[in-house]
Amino acid sequence: MEYINIIFQEFYKILFLLVPVLVSVAMIVWLDRRVWAFVQKRQGPNVVGPFGLLQSLADALKYIFKEIIIPASSNKIIFILAPIITMTLALIAWAVIPFSEKMVLANINVGILYIFAVSSLGVYGIIMGGWASNSKYPFLGSIRSAAQMVSYEVSIGIIIINVLLCVGSLNLNDIVLAQQKIWFIIPLFPMFVIFFISALAETNRPPFDLPEAEAELVAGYQTEYSGMMYAMFWLGEYANILLMCALGSILFLGGWLSPIDLYPFNLIPEAIWLILKILLLFILFALVKAIVPRYRYDQLMRLGWKIFLPLSLIYVVLTASYLFYFNLLPNI
Amino acid sequence: MRITRFLKIILMLDFIRGLLIAIREVFKPKKTINYPFEKGKISPRYRGEHALRRYPNGEERCIACKLCEAVCPAQAITIESSQRKDGSRKTTRYDIDMMKCIYCGLCEESCPVDAIVQGPNFEFSTETREELYYTKEKLLDNGDRWENILAANIKTDNPYR
Repeated sequence: MEYINIIFQEFYKILFLLVPVLVSVAMIVWLDRRVWAFVQKRQGPNVVGPFGLLQSLADALKYIFKEIIIPASSNKIIFILAPIITMTLALIAWAVIPFSEKMVLANINVGILYIFAVSSLGVYGIIMGGWASNSKYPFLGSIRSAAQMVSYEVSIGIIIINVLLCVGSLNLNDIVLAQQKIWFIIPLFPMFVIFFISALAETNRPPFDLPEAEAELVAGYQTEYSGMMYAMFWLGEYANILLMCALGSILFLGGWLSPIDLYPFNLIPEAIWLILKILLLFILFALVKAIVPRYRYDQLMRLGWKIFLPLSLIYVVLTASYLFYFNLLPNI
Repeated sequence: MRITRFLKIILMLDFIRGLLIAIREVFKPKKTINYPFEKGKISPRYRGEHALRRYPNGEERCIACKLCEAVCPAQAITIESSQRKDGSRKTTRYDIDMMKCIYCGLCEESCPVDAIVQGPNFEFSTETREELYYTKEKLLDNGDRWENILAANIKTDNPYR
C-alpha cells in the first residue's frame, strides 16, 4: 500500500508540472509568432480563440489528424524514436527547475549538472532523426546541428562555471538564494550576453537556425517527418527554448526572487516572478528572431570557438581572481 | 577606425539599434487587414464579377447587339437573340463562361447601353466548374443584387470614360 501511495503522489506531482509546461509551450509558440508578426507590422495569428491564443491547440489538432508518413528506406525504429527522445529530454529537464523554495519536483544537489547533461543529450534526438530518415537534407541538417550544439555547449558550460564560482553549490535553489543581495546579471553581465547568444545557438533559433535553413536544407532534420511526429519535434524544440529561458533567469536574473524585497512585491507568489522572467527572456528570443539574418556556417563556428570560448575562459579567470583577492569565495 | 569598429562589435551597437527599431515597430499600426472581417478599398473601376443591369422600370438594358461577344478576347460570351412581340430585340441566351473570362473589361467598355458591367465582387469561388458557367438569370440576378453599387461606380467613373 505504501508503495502505491508514494507512486500516486509522485505521479500527481509530475502531472502538475508537466501539464502547465506543455500548455505554456503551446502558448509561447503563439507568443513567438505574434511578436514576430508585430515587428513586421502584421496581425499574426488572431482568429482561433481570444487574440488567437488557441492557435497552437488548433495546429496540434491538425497534426494529430494528419497521416504519419514513414519513408520506405528509413530505419523505422530509430525514426520513430527520435521525436520521442527529443520531447522527453526537453521535458524531463524541468524536474529540477525551482519555481519557489518549496515548489520543485526534485531538489537534487547537482541540479545544474543534471540540466546540462539532459540538454546535451538533446542532440541525440536530432542526430537520430536525421540519420534514420536516410535522406540527404535531413542528414546534412542533423550533422550541422550536432556540431553547432556541441560547440556552444562548451561555452555555456564555462559560463555556468562562472556562476558556480560565485555560488559554491550546484543546487539550483542555492544558486537562486545566492542572488539575494545582487542578481548575477550585474557582476556577470558579459556572461549573460554570451549565455543568451549561446542559448539561441543551442536551441537552433535564428540567427543560428542553420540546421533548418530553408533555402539550403528544406527543413533540416525534420524534413521527412509529418503529422504528430513533426509536432513532437516542434514541441520539444519550444520546450527546450523555454528551458533555456528558465535556466537564464535562474542563473542570472535571480530565479524566483522578487526584484525588490519590499512590501507590494513580497505579496506576489514567487513562481509568478520566475514566470515573468522567463517570459521577458522569451520575448527577447522572439524579437531577436525578427531582426537578425542567418549566420553563415563558418561564422557560426568562429563565433563559438574563437570568440565566446576565450572570452568566457578569460572571465572565469577574472571572476576567480576577484573572488580570491577580496576573499569572497563561498564556503563549501 | 579599427578601434571604433572593434568597439562597435564588442558592444553590439548594431544589434542593440536593431532591437530598439524592432521594439518601436511593434507599437506602430498594422499594415495588414483582418481579411474576411475587413476588406481593402476597391476602385470604382474594379473588374470583378459580371452583372447584367436593368432600367429602373425593370426592363433589361441589353439589346443583343453582340458587341461584347465580338470583342471578347477569350470568347467567353455566348449570345442568342430573337425579336419580342413588341418588336424589340432581346437576348434569349446570355452566357459567360467565368473560367474562360480573363477579366479584361472589354465587354463593359464595348457595351453601348451599360448593360454588361463588372462589379466590385471578387468572392465568387465555387466548388464545381458548372457553377462558374454563368447564365442570363444568374447575371441578371447579380445585376439586381449589386445595382446600387454598380450605378454609383459608373457615375463616379463617368468623367474619365
